[in-house]
Amino acid sequence: MKLGFLVDLNLCMGCKGCEIACKVENEVPLSSWRLRVKYIDIGSFPDTSRSFTPLRCNHCENAPCERICPVSALHYLDNGIVNIDSERCIGCAGCMMACPYGAIYMDPESNTADKCTYCAHRIEGGLMPSCVVACPTEANIFGDVEDETSQISRYIMEHQGNVQVRKPEKHTNPLHYYVGGGNNTLNPLAHERIEGYGLFNNITTLDHPGNPNRSILDRFLEPIFGHPNDNLDNKSLLDMNSKGDK
Amino acid sequence: MDHVSTIEATKAIVTMDVAHTGIIWGWMITLNMWAKSIGTGVILVGAFLLYRHKHEDMPSLRWLMPLISFIALNVFLFFTLIDLHQPFRMIHIFTHPHWTSSITVGAWLASIFLVLVSIMMFTSFFTHFSEFRKNCAVAKAVRSKDGLYEKVFPFTVFLAFPVTMYTAIIMSQSAARELWVPGAELIQMLLAAFMVGSASFILIGGKWAEAVKKDLAMILAISVLFSFIMYMGEYFFSYKAAEVEATLAYIHSGGPYFLDFWTGMLLGYIIPFIIATTMNDNRTMMKFAAVTTFIGLYFAKSTWLEIPQLLPLS
Ligand code: SF4
Ligand code: SF4
Repeated sequence: MKLGFLVDLNLCMGCKGCEIACKVENEVPLSSWRLRVKYIDIGSFPDTSRSFTPLRCNHCENAPCERICPVSALHYLDNGIVNIDSERCIGCAGCMMACPYGAIYMDPESNTADKCTYCAHRIEGGLMPSCVVACPTEANIFGDVEDETSQISRYIMEHQGNVQVRKPEKHTNPLHYYVGGGNNTLNPLAHERIEGYGLFNNITTLDHPGNPNRSILDRFLEPIFGHPNDNLDNKSLLDMNSKGDK
Repeated sequence: MDHVSTIEATKAIVTMDVAHTGIIWGWMITLNMWAKSIGTGVILVGAFLLYRHKHEDMPSLRWLMPLISFIALNVFLFFTLIDLHQPFRMIHIFTHPHWTSSITVGAWLASIFLVLVSIMMFTSFFTHFSEFRKNCAVAKAVRSKDGLYEKVFPFTVFLAFPVTMYTAIIMSQSAARELWVPGAELIQMLLAAFMVGSASFILIGGKWAEAVKKDLAMILAISVLFSFIMYMGEYFFSYKAAEVEATLAYIHSGGPYFLDFWTGMLLGYIIPFIIATTMNDNRTMMKFAAVTTFIGLYFAKSTWLEIPQLLPLS
């Protein structure tokens, strides 16, 4: 069994339902994403279009992140999922340097690497990944790519010639496919990112991966004495923010 | 919205995006590589000098070589450790090693190397300073094992090569960063070790024989020349991969990385080469060249480490 994903970009309407469902399901901390939907504007007025591309870990068959991880915190499951054991992770960020898709982040709460696991915990219980369930257009298709009768296998066969993966030249063999993708949607070098300008938000650069309020000394003291921010979670951070607004 | 009109009609613009994670491996990893080059470089250059010259021509080499290496390796390990987000879990590399990872292989090799250098350092130090803690039982025991120095030295020299070069494989396994090509990086790591290895001895070997100093000047000149040629080749002629060109654009377009890169080239390569080839009998100038080599190498390493990380990956 090899579990894979396929996103039909012709169906995706950019609602970001999958992005939010993922954040809620996996309690992904603020300023981190396991799955995000990239918006791209193409053309100039009045001849313009906008395209949407959900991006997540590709669960590569030949995963550079798994290869570089010095302690096997990143490892393959029998069903093809590239999983991560945050208890094992030493926080070297090697995987962040290795993943050609920028799919890994340093969790600011656990200070370990994290990423999409295709909701391995849900799959174990017989459920679909939460992003699949949330998608109103059924643009996210998930299943066993080794089973010829699965929906994903049939979809791939029906769309022969129009099925793409990101950066095939990297030989990572992604188990994540797109239908209706093109250079602009799948190639990060095909478009411009204007620093400080965005439709909904500012494009900014994080100071450092992980928790920006955690000093180098904290890395040593925290496991012994704890950290004043220990109890911070999404809710308390939101509370703090809303207090600051008043 | 003015700037939008400057975008070509065919050019797509990302309008909504997550924040770029910025520099993941920054100054701590630069310092890590820089210090490791010194730690292995003094062993490699020291071995060359011991092969070519008599001990009497370089009286302090026997104990200073492992001492400098020991200090530099500890700086290297210190920055390796504090760069980890979970430093206490470093032990997992030894308890749960994953052998496909060059980080694992490198950590093991560097640890064994440090043990060997420590043996050389302690035995030579206590033998050289024979009056120091003369009656201390530990010091006596270490002195009595002085023969170990010559026994472990060949293994230390042998290990210095992979310990110097394994970072190039980590960079190669960083599959997201195409600028780092293993062949080029392996040789750059080796040349960096020879650069700062010779520079270290130029600084401390003021009273050494002239023939030794000539050799040090030659090693410095050759290593900076070869390394400079490799950087120039990559800087000016990387036409082949779109990602590499896009990465180098961060230097080509001016700004802080342009300044850092050329500061590194000037201090680390051009100045030492000119001095080492034209004024190598001038002690003061050679020391100046050694100092600029250390500074320049840091700038060069730092730029080369950081620019590929500026590229958006998705
Ligand atoms: S997309 Fe990145 S994180 Fe996911 S398996 Fe591939 S290399 Fe690893
Ligand atoms: S940060 Fe964690 S998961 Fe990533 S390579 Fe290092 S140890 Fe492995």
